[in-house]
Amino acid sequence: MKKNEIPQDDGALANHFRELCYAKDENGHYTTGLSTGWEVKNVALDQAWDEIHNRIQETAVLIKQGKKTPLAYFMEVSLMDSKLLSQYVGKFHFVVKRHLNKPSSFSNLSDLELKKYARIFDVSLEDLKFFKLA
Amino acid sequence: MKINFEHHQAAHCENGVTSNLFRFHGLNLTEPMVFGIGGGVFFMHLPFLKINNAPGTTFRPMPGTIFKRNAKYFNIDYNRITFKSEQKAQDKLDEMLALGKPVGLQVGVFHLPYFPKEYRFHFNAHNIVAYGKEGSNYLISDPVMETATTISEDDLIRVRFAKGAFAPKGQMYFPDEIPEISLEKIQNGIKKGLKHSAFFMTVPGPIIGVRGIRYVSKQVRGYKEKLGDKKAGLYLGQLVRMQEEIGTGGGGFRYLHAAFLEQSYDYIPNEQLLSLSNQFTEAGDGWRNFAMKCSSIYRGRATSQADYDEAADMLLRIADIEENAFLATKKLKL
Repeated sequence: MKKNEIPQDDGALANHFRELCYAKDENGHYTTGLSTGWEVKNVALDQAWDEIHNRIQETAVLIKQGKKTPLAYFMEVSLMDSKLLSQYVGKFHFVVKRHLNKPSSFSNLSDLELKKYARIFDVSLEDLKFFKLA
Repeated sequence: MKINFEHHQAAHCENGVTSNLFRFHGLNLTEPMVFGIGGGVFFMHLPFLKINNAPGTTFRPMPGTIFKRNAKYFNIDYNRITFKSEQKAQDKLDEMLALGKPVGLQVGVFHLPYFPKEYRFHFNAHNIVAYGKEGSNYLISDPVMETATTISEDDLIRVRFAKGAFAPKGQMYFPDEIPEISLEKIQNGIKKGLKHSAFFMTVPGPIIGVRGIRYVSKQVRGYKEKLGDKKAGLYLGQLVRMQEEIGTGGGGFRYLHAAFLEQSYDYIPNEQLLSLSNQFTEAGDGWRNFAMKCSSIYRGRATSQADYDEAADMLLRIADIEENAFLATKKLKL
């Protein structure tokens, strides 16, 4: 890659910072240049986010059917899986899975426990308790 | 308080932290040198480890190894501490900063406030340097950023105790005094680094190194039939993101390795290093072309079996170039 070939396609990095790339200058020596992004990467990143949004939508449907609890929704929004969530909240995996999948055990959770979850998801206790799908 | 620490931007966070910390202690090594001496060029495909529901691929060795190997080859004593208590982790950091020592920290990216939201995944092997504290804000030099930045106490604790794979556990590391490093030692480090990466890239076994690239090629060829266009697109997208995402310097670190070989020539004047450098530039270009081919597949512009075959063939070519280069590296008499 030559220095003048470093891609400058605006992407998610725009307004934050440019990233450093290694490329060759006109004398064939390695030098560094800054890039604002590359279309190829931007599309790959967008695609990963589309996938995440799809999963959030699917979870929303399952919650309406009573097969998942609001925790599952916020878990997807936070890009977590049940295992990672169990590490953050400090409970056994199977306990967390029950909170995620069984509306009855979710509604039995105390405010104290819900607060733990709320802090991990960066939402308020009310968001969890009186969950409404947007 | 503020330590007189110079922030240099780097392509890869761990190189950047290592290079910046070394520079602070008077050892001037550029990012590519640190990368090469640490044996940073690598390839491994992890078909069973699913990240975001697609198989993982890595172009770098385990987090922490680049710093570790550099310190080892130069006989630099360093401390690496992990914590169970968040309070203790913060106290120790404050103590080191009060002593005037900049400290490398391993952090998770997901809660890092100055990162663009689109890049904040649960990736825990990011490295930054803390070099001061003003009020309740820490002064942070994040090597992938253009300038130094700040982060609040609460946010720093949060990222230092991120959970999941490679959980940092508040990890901090810093070299003690760095003695004067002779030219001979640097030459020795270069040789060891070259040997190291050449060994790992040519080991027998299906998923590591050059054979790993061939393995992926075989997989890509079968993606369309096995997974369908949509899922195949996701798998390829993941591969491209691992290869090109911020922190690689482009071309899956191959350009960085080529720059290392070129700069090594200043320490060991051997023409072969330059020709090897050219070979890795070619490999880097190969990876970038491969990424472009993949993008035309996952955008849905070219999704016939012939396109998958073409992408697979590109990987085979890259594997050939790299195999030749690494075998030549092994035979190199420096």
